[in-house]
Amino acid sequence: MANTQQEHNNGLKLTLAWLFVGIPLAWGVIETLLHSLKLFE
Amino acid sequence: MSFFDKSRTVAPPGYSRWLIPPAALCVDLCIGQAYAFSVFNLPMTKLIGITKSAPGDWLLTDLGWIFSLAIFFLGVSSAIFGRWVEENGPRKAMFTAACLWGGGFIISSIGAYIHNIWLIYIGYGVVGGFALGIGYISPVSTLIKWFPDRPGMATGMAIMGFGGGAFIASPLSVWLMAQFSTPTHVGVAETFIALGVIYFCFMSVGSIIVRIPAPGWKPEGWTAPAQPKKLVTTNNVYVYQALRTPQFWLIWWVLCLNVTAGIGVLGQASAMIQEIFPGKVTVIAASGFVGLMSLFNMGGRYCWATLSDYIGRKNTYAVFFVLGTILYILVPQTGEAGSVAAFVICFLIIISMYGGGFSTVPAYLRDMFGTQYVGAIHGLLLTAWSMAGIFGPVLVNYIRQYNVTHGVAKAQAYNTTMYVMAVLLVIGFFCNLAVRAVNKRHHMTAQQEAQAAA
Repeated sequence: MANTQQEHNNGLKLTLAWLFVGIPLAWGVIETLLHSLKLFE
Repeated sequence: MSFFDKSRTVAPPGYSRWLIPPAALCVDLCIGQAYAFSVFNLPMTKLIGITKSAPGDWLLTDLGWIFSLAIFFLGVSSAIFGRWVEENGPRKAMFTAACLWGGGFIISSIGAYIHNIWLIYIGYGVVGGFALGIGYISPVSTLIKWFPDRPGMATGMAIMGFGGGAFIASPLSVWLMAQFSTPTHVGVAETFIALGVIYFCFMSVGSIIVRIPAPGWKPEGWTAPAQPKKLVTTNNVYVYQALRTPQFWLIWWVLCLNVTAGIGVLGQASAMIQEIFPGKVTVIAASGFVGLMSLFNMGGRYCWATLSDYIGRKNTYAVFFVLGTILYILVPQTGEAGSVAAFVICFLIIISMYGGGFSTVPAYLRDMFGTQYVGAIHGLLLTAWSMAGIFGPVLVNYIRQYNVTHGVAKAQAYNTTMYVMAVLLVIGFFCNLAVRAVNKRHHMTAQQEAQAAA
């Protein structure tokens, strides 16, 4: 029971931590990718 | 301050090691802003004139020193504070970096507000430079200790963040300046304050999340290979003892030469592609090329470092040097053939290997010198980056200028540079080839290791 609770907490922490860094990074990558497309215009 | 002590950062049982890469990314994505500092250059030449430069406004040559100082102090601080970072743990180091990075921006904002460039040199260049050095090395050894099975991938992920920081900083800075600017005000000082606060908070989150593994911890189901690979040590070398080994200096040259080959063209990419293909590549298309290079610089950091876990660090660098040499020799041919696509492909691969060189080196050091002082040794090795930061641009700019003043057409002015880069990579190949396992006499004794751990 305790293990299940810990796994659940870990999963939540992992999701939040990765979203915290992943969202800004993904936004930056998309912005740069859109900018890079000018090479092919 | 006990919350920041190393002893308070030991992970409790059940702690997931996959929380460490985001903690490291919190720091690296922020300090990676350094690559995007140039977005402030033009606005800062118009702080007085607002719409155009006025008498008394700063010149671009004055502003260029800010980035150079920051990179110089990155090398200095990582070399000086490497051992401190290692002995005090990642939380204290990351929080220190957060204070310095945020503080550097605040000092710079005062400099922009009262129009005193020396405050920006001190704020961003010196204080920010120290934050760069401490922040860059702080998560490295922690990641290596958490991922003994995949050290290349783990450090690659963090160092990828440093490459990716500019992607966030560049549009964010432009957007913030647009929000703060008025018809009588450029908005740089307010943007610096906002960035300082945002980065301080973001980096502090990383310092709160980060943990070091408990002594003797191993990933579940993983056992160290019974027969270690020839070039992967299970021993440790003391930080200053590493300086007495030929391996340190060979890897120093390996990094320096690999970075020199990439950093020069990275800074000149936009002008270079326009001059080599006059009339074919516009200014806008060239800026797209620069963006694409940044993406490959970042992607290369993760992909090459991950590959090094499978093929070994020495082989990975051998690929960089052999493939890089071939590509640099091919570049002038692509220019003569008028093939923009072939030129772009060559440089994207070259720049991915430039990024890969940065991210593979911590794992290379770990293989050679063990995990105990890898962060500090990595800090000392980063002086190679500072040197390459001078060599690379100087080689590209001066050889081009020499050719142009001696009547060589601009489209061919870079050819000599490409061949010089190829020669540098051949030298790097032989330095890498000469790397052997560290002699046992340099290893720490069990007693020394226990003392250092205590």
